[in-house]
Amino acid sequence: MRDADAADPANGDRATQREKTGTLLIRTPEGIVFSLLLAGPVTRFLAWGIDFACIVAASGVAGAALGLAGVISPDFSRALTVLAYFFISIGYGIAAEWYWRGQTIGKRILRLRVMDAQGLRLQPSQVVIRNLMRFVDTLPALYAVGGIACLVGRRSQRLGDIAANTIVVRNPKVADPDLEQLLAGKYNSLREYPHLAGRLRQRVTPREAGIAVQALLRRDELDPDARVELFREVAAHFRSLVEFPEEAVHGVADEQFVRNVVDIALSAKPGGKQAVSKS
Amino acid sequence: MIIDLQKFITEEKHSWKELEAVLDALENDPERRMDLEHAKRFHYLYQRTSADLAKIATFASDPETHRYLESLVGRAYGEVHETRDTPHRFAPLRWLRETFPRTFRRHIRAFLLSLAITLAGIAFGGASVGLDPDAKEVLLPFPHLQGSPSERVAAEEKATRDRLKGVKMTGAAWYMTHNTKVSIFTMALGVTWGVGTVIMLFYNGVILGAVALDYVRAGQSTFLLAWLSPHGVIEIPALLLAGQTGLALAAALIGRGSRQSLRMRLREVSGDLVILGAGVALMLVWAGFIEAFISQYHEPVLPYSFKIGFSLVELFLLVLYLGVSGANETKALQRKDGHERRRRG
Repeated sequence: MRDADAADPANGDRATQREKTGTLLIRTPEGIVFSLLLAGPVTRFLAWGIDFACIVAASGVAGAALGLAGVISPDFSRALTVLAYFFISIGYGIAAEWYWRGQTIGKRILRLRVMDAQGLRLQPSQVVIRNLMRFVDTLPALYAVGGIACLVGRRSQRLGDIAANTIVVRNPKVADPDLEQLLAGKYNSLREYPHLAGRLRQRVTPREAGIAVQALLRRDELDPDARVELFREVAAHFRSLVEFPEEAVHGVADEQFVRNVVDIALSAKPGGKQAVSKS
Repeated sequence: MIIDLQKFITEEKHSWKELEAVLDALENDPERRMDLEHAKRFHYLYQRTSADLAKIATFASDPETHRYLESLVGRAYGEVHETRDTPHRFAPLRWLRETFPRTFRRHIRAFLLSLAITLAGIAFGGASVGLDPDAKEVLLPFPHLQGSPSERVAAEEKATRDRLKGVKMTGAAWYMTHNTKVSIFTMALGVTWGVGTVIMLFYNGVILGAVALDYVRAGQSTFLLAWLSPHGVIEIPALLLAGQTGLALAAALIGRGSRQSLRMRLREVSGDLVILGAGVALMLVWAGFIEAFISQYHEPVLPYSFKIGFSLVELFLLVLYLGVSGANETKALQRKDGHERRRRG
């Protein structure tokens, strides 16, 4: 169950999550609630793996470049290499997360982002603290402490995140909403009966309509048998809401029937004849 | 009631795309600043998209659109509602003269606690070696400290060639990075409610106490002072400040006597932790140079009187700096604050 409490901007307490759900709900002062998908320890570990490879590569390049200074003084060259590795290993995360607003190369690739725990913009001090705290999170090896903290904590925070008041969120690629592809251009026999279509529209709840839309959008991902079974069940449910005359549903497959119901539920075209071509 | 989703999307999509474009530009160009007109437009788009999100959450159940709008509102929210001061342009001289010493003094109780824990460790280490000389093997993990102090001093003072020739800079870099790592670790362990920081401080004290008593018992007090103090008078306070930082973090986590939430306490202290950490790093850079270029040279190359005198000057300046620097500005700020409060009645 997800839950959101009333906002308390004065206390900075706008984010709520009572149970570990992988989602953080934030209520804005305007009263809008939105959710942030929290990144789990495995994804974060993979992002760290990419970053570690970047650090190794950058250190290697820096070492090779600074090795040239060995022509003047080998001691100077070695000192610079020691310092370069230190600064790259410690400064990489700080610099990248500050410049890219909470992202490193690994996080960019895996679409993760560090955010303030209240959904606000990251402050430099937060970036520095969460990166320095890695010294504890990496103990005893391979981020064991940080990983356990992530698994146990409600917000999937490692110790550095707790100290810096930050979270790591997933930003999955969100497609533009586009129902036209789903609905437009198809003949809908149910619309021939506007009073029944109106009744259907009244009885279908937003949740039911959402389930039907998802079934249609994901139909190609299903096994053929599962697809037939799913649309049979969904269509049976909608048929039970409003009974259409036989001629309106004769020869209409379950999947097409669901498509017609979605068209009626989500698209308030005037009743009666439609300006669509028969297909 | 279900909204006409297609119509809704068609009508609102241009606003969403415009907001998305602004957010993309802000995220891809962190230096970007908006003028007033653009900021007003951005705010309008945010509010309009928020209202659309509320509508779609209430009157329709299309997860794709819902997720898309949530993603937009979530990204815009942080930009619109961030009210914390953006950091001013970094002024290094002012930071050194005022910010760092003032921050140190603001957390002076944590520093005194850090000092007390280290002194307890020194006492324990000294007492352990004093009562049981064999404890040295257990307490001191460094092979070069296991031998007899007198033999080491004799060997160092007889040396005719510069044994650090060609490795001094590498040594300085190693001292700097190693000590900085230890300091960061001490600070970071504050997140264990201070337990880890206390252990680190105590353990550092134990090593220091054990080494000091070992050399004092061998009659090598002057060598000890001349060896450790040139870098130690900066390095040891730096480690104490690292402990102070860890304890300040622990105090914020524990929040004893505070009515603020954990988040607010951490938010308030986070800037100070970074300032103290940066100050520690600077002190260790100095200590690293001194350790490589001065501390490791002994008589007859460098007279002990010079090394001890140099250390006293360093210590005096450090105490003066941390104790006094920026104090006038603090008083001026307090006076201004007092005037302001009186004026408001």
